[in-house]
Amino acid sequence: MQNKALLEKTVPNSGENNTLITLDGISKSYDSAEILKDVSLHIRKGEFVSILGPSGSGKSTLFNIITGLLPADRGTLDVHGEIGYMQQKDLLLPWKTVLDNIVLPLDLKGSNKEASRSKAVSLMDRIGLKGYEHRYPSELSGGMKQRASFLRTFLASGEIMLLDEPFGALDSITKGSMQAWLLEVQEAFNVTILFITHDIEEAIFLSDRIYVLSSRPGVVKEKLTVSFNQQNKRDRLINPELLVLKETIKGLL
Amino acid sequence: MDKLKKIDERIYPIATLLIAIIVWQLIVTLNHVPLYILPSPLATVSALISDFGTIAGHVGTTLYESVLGFALSIALAFVLGILMDSFVVIKKSLYPILIVSQTIPTIALTPLLIVWFGFGILPKILIIVMVCFFPICISLVDGFEKVDKDYLNLFHSYKASKLQTFIHLKLPYAMVNFFSGLKIAATYMIMAAIIGEWQGGTKGIGVYMVRTKNAYALDKVFASILVIVIISVGFIYLINYISKKTTHWK
Repeated sequence: MQNKALLEKTVPNSGENNTLITLDGISKSYDSAEILKDVSLHIRKGEFVSILGPSGSGKSTLFNIITGLLPADRGTLDVHGEIGYMQQKDLLLPWKTVLDNIVLPLDLKGSNKEASRSKAVSLMDRIGLKGYEHRYPSELSGGMKQRASFLRTFLASGEIMLLDEPFGALDSITKGSMQAWLLEVQEAFNVTILFITHDIEEAIFLSDRIYVLSSRPGVVKEKLTVSFNQQNKRDRLINPELLVLKETIKGLL
Repeated sequence: MDKLKKIDERIYPIATLLIAIIVWQLIVTLNHVPLYILPSPLATVSALISDFGTIAGHVGTTLYESVLGFALSIALAFVLGILMDSFVVIKKSLYPILIVSQTIPTIALTPLLIVWFGFGILPKILIIVMVCFFPICISLVDGFEKVDKDYLNLFHSYKASKLQTFIHLKLPYAMVNFFSGLKIAATYMIMAAIIGEWQGGTKGIGVYMVRTKNAYALDKVFASILVIVIISVGFIYLINYISKKTTHWK
């Protein structure tokens, strides 16, 4: 049973042209502290991949390297497509309406304002923000703010989304509904998601594959494929295999 | 309920003031204090009414100087604030000097300004700018500096230009700070104009105060003080109103 969960690269159609992000032997140190050591990973188009690790495992540093905010000391990085980066903080501008916030990256690019707004409005309908177009972020709940932030990230890039503990600040009930929402949206928008979390259950629930990172220095301890309920991830929460996998991961950390 | 509570809160200072005025009136009336020592509240009000035309004329000049000086201070604060924010060298060079410059007693500089620029409104406006510019500029610069680093990174990741980052992020972010500086400046504004007028001039409420004081018409001096207080409070209310409308998200 464990073997089934721990099988690596069970997806056979992993053609190289399908791979959007490839990291090979990435290392990063600050002064004398080694943050990341020899990290290799890849994400294929349409995949949901999680990076799971305790705090201090350099997860956010890894994201900063992928987005190009930080240079790596060693190793190669190969990215195909535009990357959107969403953090735990929603970072919505309080003086702009929800709609103006969402289209901000398009406005900054100088896109046609009418076109980007009508596109955003139709997307807002689909992610449950209908009727909030002209409200201000302060009038939104935590979950709704994250949805708006997600949509803004999606409009900014569209292809690859890096989500850095996006639900970390939400209460557990809201978190649960946001996770289900994220799965729906991923399917509807057909985006590739790289997700950072320190919540084991969250990683198992959402991911196709999980990279488990150890802390100080961050090393990929294990690559896991979540092989049960792949078609209907919602059912994972009631599948006993989740607990088995959870125990396995706990043992790794 | 909330509105009632608000009125309730206001009743304390109003009641205190009313009691103080009544006590003041009683002391003056019962002790027959002469006008050139201390005018009573009633005498002050009647002086205001009888000399209203003259006072209004002088107040007009003072208001004109104040608004002009205030607007100039805001413009100057923005220019220097943006320069200091854009070029670290300018900020490093000017910021400490600005702070130290505030220790110079304005009142000692006014006679010099009058010697240089005459008895017209120019020296008054300069004094207002000297007093009001500082709190506005410093609050603005601090506001620009306080912008959350995560927001800046976000704009960086959207490849926003410096100007775009300024318009969409820094300027609105600094508005809350800017208005708190503006409120402080507004409380100084009329006072600064009067300091200028007091030391030499042909028109303005400060000039009127010097004249009436020299004539021992203290009821008229008090009447002008009353007018100044009312105008200053009015200005602060106005700025509060604009601030609430502009920074509605706060």
